[in-house]
Amino acid sequence: MSKLEIRNLNRSFDGVPVLKDLTLDVAEGEFVSILGPSGSGKSTTFSVLTGALPPTSGEVRVDGVPLAERPGRFAYMPQKDALLPWRRVLDNLTLGLEVAGVRRKEARRKVEPLLDVFGLTGYERSYPAQLSGGMRQRAALLRTVVQDREVLLLDEPFGALDALTRARMQQWIERVWEEYRWTVLLITHDVREAVFLSDRVYVFSPRPATVVKCVEVGLPRPRTLASYTDPAFTRIEAELLETLLEEER
Amino acid sequence: MRPGRWLPSLALVALLVAAWQLYAASGALGDDVLPGPSRVLSQGWEHRATLLDNALPTLRATLAGFALSLTVGFALSVLIDLSGVLRRALMPVLIVSQTLPLIAIAPLVVLWFGFDLLPKVLLVAFVTFFPITVALVEGYGATDRDSQALLRSMGAGRWRIFRTLRVPTALPYFFAGLRIAITYAVVGAIFAEYAGATEGLGIYMQNAKNSFRTDLVLAAVGVSAALTLALFALTYAVERLATPWARKGERT
Ligand SMILES: Nc1ncnc2c1ncn2[C@@H]1O[C@H](COP(=O)(O)OP(=O)(O)OP(=O)(O)O)[C@@H](O)[C@H]1O
Ligand SMILES: [Mg+2]
Repeated sequence: MSKLEIRNLNRSFDGVPVLKDLTLDVAEGEFVSILGPSGSGKSTTFSVLTGALPPTSGEVRVDGVPLAERPGRFAYMPQKDALLPWRRVLDNLTLGLEVAGVRRKEARRKVEPLLDVFGLTGYERSYPAQLSGGMRQRAALLRTVVQDREVLLLDEPFGALDALTRARMQQWIERVWEEYRWTVLLITHDVREAVFLSDRVYVFSPRPATVVKCVEVGLPRPRTLASYTDPAFTRIEAELLETLLEEER
Repeated sequence: MRPGRWLPSLALVALLVAAWQLYAASGALGDDVLPGPSRVLSQGWEHRATLLDNALPTLRATLAGFALSLTVGFALSVLIDLSGVLRRALMPVLIVSQTLPLIAIAPLVVLWFGFDLLPKVLLVAFVTFFPITVALVEGYGATDRDSQALLRSMGAGRWRIFRTLRVPTALPYFFAGLRIAITYAVVGAIFAEYAGATEGLGIYMQNAKNSFRTDLVLAAVGVSAALTLALFALTYAVERLATPWARKGERT
């Protein structure tokens, strides 16, 4: 059974449909990506999942339980990193735990062993403005995973980074994911990123968003630089790109 | 701070003082009507004990009034931010309150509350709370939507979001409003004293004017300007302490 099931989800703004009969699944420990044109409704999907927006119709279930019955099962990383500039890095990292009522000391104990993995050791007392772009994204990601929620929702986590840093982050997240095996739903514009990281890729149509394609990425893990040149990789990449370009027309 | 930052304003002040001195020395208005800056300084220095005795009550009224203003200004901003109904109810009333002429209000407030500290505190608060409230309300409104969505996804309630997100976002706005407010504060206190008091710079100015001591009126004006400048500078010091992250913009 799927960890996360989205069934025939609809949402409109002032009568304009943004999500249309959206259906997708994510299994436990699976890395799933959403590709789609800008403004199609990807972020809106996440807003519905986090409870910020009620759906117009349709259903979301986690472990078979409707979202309305048990909210707060997603850890969300917004499109901008949303680190609070007035909080030191460590206090940004513990924010979710703090909101959940965890004592400060205990929250820090939970974050500390992960600092090294996320390359943030030595920056605990810095302010976000003192971090590089890549470090900010890693900090935002650490803030997300440390909440211990069942599914991670990552909205274009590397969208704002330069190409080199972005490639490094993809390599890094692949390595870390191999170790922790979080259940991830990732939004991205980057076809290669989606193929490199995912077990499955959904392609959204332009607004109103609906799933136009679902591709299983059967590439062996762990994925490395060599994966990029795997013929299967290039074939899937071309297929996805073609779908996206066709949809745009 | 680099001395270069102060140079232009110091030069301008020196120029104005020099012009004043020259004009006064020309004798066009007479020394009693327009004393030169040198006379204002020397007489002010001679009467420094009385000036200080009167500056302290004014400062006390200013600070007490400002404390009240901060409390009321913040409380109003919270009410306005939390409820759209309250916003629509309060804002017009607050705006109208700022159109009431102080010259009519001040004597009435003194009439109602006597010659002690209270009417001055009320008047200082009255002329200073508005910029603080408006600045805070604008500041809350500048809260980042993504951050708000993030906190909500973490399960944060309204009050939690308000104190963890909206208040810190509003801080720089608050300090801008604070600086506008503080420039009204000393003048507000002096005005209240002018309308009736037993001590303070306002009553001192009135007495000096009544005995044709223009030089001492101007000396008292100088003291009130110095008070305002000092309080203005203090807001920067407090801001630096309250927003340490703002100075850490550069990477280490
Ligand atoms: N609160 C809102 N009110 C009205 N319309 C909205 C609202 N939020 C989003 N929309 C509209 O819904 C559509 C989808 O927005 P969404 O942010 O989900 O796009 P997206 O797929 O995440 O785009 P991008 O890739 O550029 O981030 C857009 O056309 C947007 O204008
Ligand atoms: Mg988006």
